Amino acid sequence: MAKEMMKGNTAIAEAAIRAGLDAYFGYPITPQTELLEWMSVRMPELGRAFVQAESELGAINMVYGAACTGKRVMTSSSSPGISLMMEGLSYIAGTEVPMVLVNVMRGGPGLGNIAPAQADYNQIVHGGGHGDMHPIVLAPASVQEAIDLTVLAFDLAEKYRAIVVVLIDGSLGQMMEPGELPPMAPLKTAIPDWAVRGGDDGKRRTLSSIYLNPPDEEVTNLRLERRWQEVQANEVRYKEYYLEDARYVVTGFGSAGRIALSAVRAARAEGIPVGLLRPISLNPFPRQVIADLSERVEGFLVTEMNAGQMLDDVMAAVAGRKPVEFYGRMGGVVPFPDEILGEIKRMVNGQVPMSGHPRDRWLERMPRAN
Amino acid sequence: MDTAQHELEQVVYQRPESLMEVDTHYCPGCTHGVAHRLVAEVLDEMQVRQRTIGVASVGCSVFAYNYFNTDFVQAPHGRAPAMATGIKRCLPDRIVFTYQGDGDMASIGMGEVVAAAARGENITVVFINNANYGMTGGQMAPTTLPGQKTTSSPNGRDVETQGFPMQAAELLATLEGTSYSVRRSLHDPKNVRMAKKALRTAFEVQARGMGFSIVELLSVCPTNWGMTPLQSLKWLEEAMIPFYPIGDYKVNPALAGLRF
Ligand SMILES: Cc1ncc(C[n+]2csc(CCOP(=O)(O)OP(=O)(O)O)c2C)c(N)n1
Ligand code: SF4
Repeated sequence: MAKEMMKGNTAIAEAAIRAGLDAYFGYPITPQTELLEWMSVRMPELGRAFVQAESELGAINMVYGAACTGKRVMTSSSSPGISLMMEGLSYIAGTEVPMVLVNVMRGGPGLGNIAPAQADYNQIVHGGGHGDMHPIVLAPASVQEAIDLTVLAFDLAEKYRAIVVVLIDGSLGQMMEPGELPPMAPLKTAIPDWAVRGGDDGKRRTLSSIYLNPPDEEVTNLRLERRWQEVQANEVRYKEYYLEDARYVVTGFGSAGRIALSAVRAARAEGIPVGLLRPISLNPFPRQVIADLSERVEGFLVTEMNAGQMLDDVMAAVAGRKPVEFYGRMGGVVPFPDEILGEIKRMVNGQVPMSGHPRDRWLERMPRAN
Repeated sequence: MDTAQHELEQVVYQRPESLMEVDTHYCPGCTHGVAHRLVAEVLDEMQVRQRTIGVASVGCSVFAYNYFNTDFVQAPHGRAPAMATGIKRCLPDRIVFTYQGDGDMASIGMGEVVAAAARGENITVVFINNANYGMTGGQMAPTTLPGQKTTSSPNGRDVETQGFPMQAAELLATLEGTSYSVRRSLHDPKNVRMAKKALRTAFEVQARGMGFSIVELLSVCPTNWGMTPLQSLKWLEEAMIPFYPIGDYKVNPALAGLRF
């Protein structure tokens, strides 16, 4: 199939359709809305289920019900809408039914704004609802990667009976870029044995997230944790750029990683031995890769469009072996490659202390309003 | 003589196949059990047990999935109509119903049920109105009557500060997508029979693809009302029915000619 110009949001929607999406439920919110709009045309046209829900609460619970039938289902939203979905996500995790969620992050907290941000890393990677639960989180940095990861998301969701989140920020959702869509996959016909179907095969099935007896709940939690170990062993994804001979590592995900790549290229052009590690799976996090790098490089620069959320995971992986610096922009402000290049130079010029916290040092460098 | 007697024997009462052969956790005298039985009888009569998916809610009936001999899922508090929507849209030829209490449907889940009704979602809602939150120990519900004492309205519901009760069957009847919205009561045999007929109609509405159907069932909660089962049936009749009249609030005219 040939490459065509596509907006991130519509590319993801069409990729999901071609991956065999049976049902989509969603609610309008900028900067995600084109995804819902695309679905509203394409899904009925293909005879598949589409409902514009009354709210994100409605949408996520429609997804929950649909997922219980074993169909391929998804929803999408942006930050405030994702907050409303937390209850449903937890129930879905507890019931162990697969689903895909696309989260197109915007500036917050609160109503915030509709500009791109990455401030919901913790909400999704370390949260995602009450109880011990671990969604798989994939963070593309281009329209093509968004297409590929959306397709992968459905396979992973079904393989692990898990929630898979495709996490992007508004700029990737809105960006026009060439991308190649996969061919249309046939709809799944096999019904998983756990799915409710009305007992037409003579079996009775129930699905719930209730384990009233604490030891049963513990057994369930242990099962989920062991499954998560399996995910951690098999599903770590990341991309390396110029790392072979790098003495410094920049790391960032999604758009921040992409902007950092421009900065890293510019630094390389000036002869600075710096490389980029761009985590693609934020959960499971490429902890070991960072730990290994920390044995051979001299320092890390973490760059995000938030106040240093992935930073905490990087620091845990580096475990004090090497200095870590942080540079972030927030509230919908997107950093320029030059800003990151400046940070790279500052780091390389040897001004990174091992004491104190990188977030405190970053705040010290950021301008004060008054 | 044995043979003759045998010939005269007739089964008048047995467990519907759509009910599991288990004891329920409901309190003595609670009408949740009656409502379960009526739904199960209707599913049996319509021979849809093996294509039905129920959606349990959060409340005393949270374990309904253990009692109905059909496929079942269990929804977050108030969200059963949304879950039912997801199921029905994926499996349109199945019978999908929710079973919800008044806290669940008329308070935390009012948004979901109104939206499902407005969409004309082809599902059936069995709505149990017992004028309080049973499971959490008898707090005020949106259906609690003015002056009614509950653990969170200890001096009686004061409409000045705690608002007025909600009449769900009437409210949902105003929506175009609703094909059938009625209220029945479970306080005596005659009313129980009427309730069963209404449930049958509601499920027939769904089987015919006519859109949203709901049966509100006035129900008792002797435990939290602090009454004996008999007293509570009397209280239902004397205190609840005047505020919650039994009646048909919306009946799709297309139902008129139907016989079942
Ligand atoms: C989000 C959420 N909030 C609160 C609760 C606690 N809770 C459990 S059951 C219930 C009330 C149920 O009452 P009702 O729907 O009237 O059903 P009944 O128990 O009377 O049959 C509440 C508030 C919960 N489980 N989830
Ligand atoms: S608490 Fe009330 S509603 Fe719940 S089972 Fe007991 S009597 Fe029935």
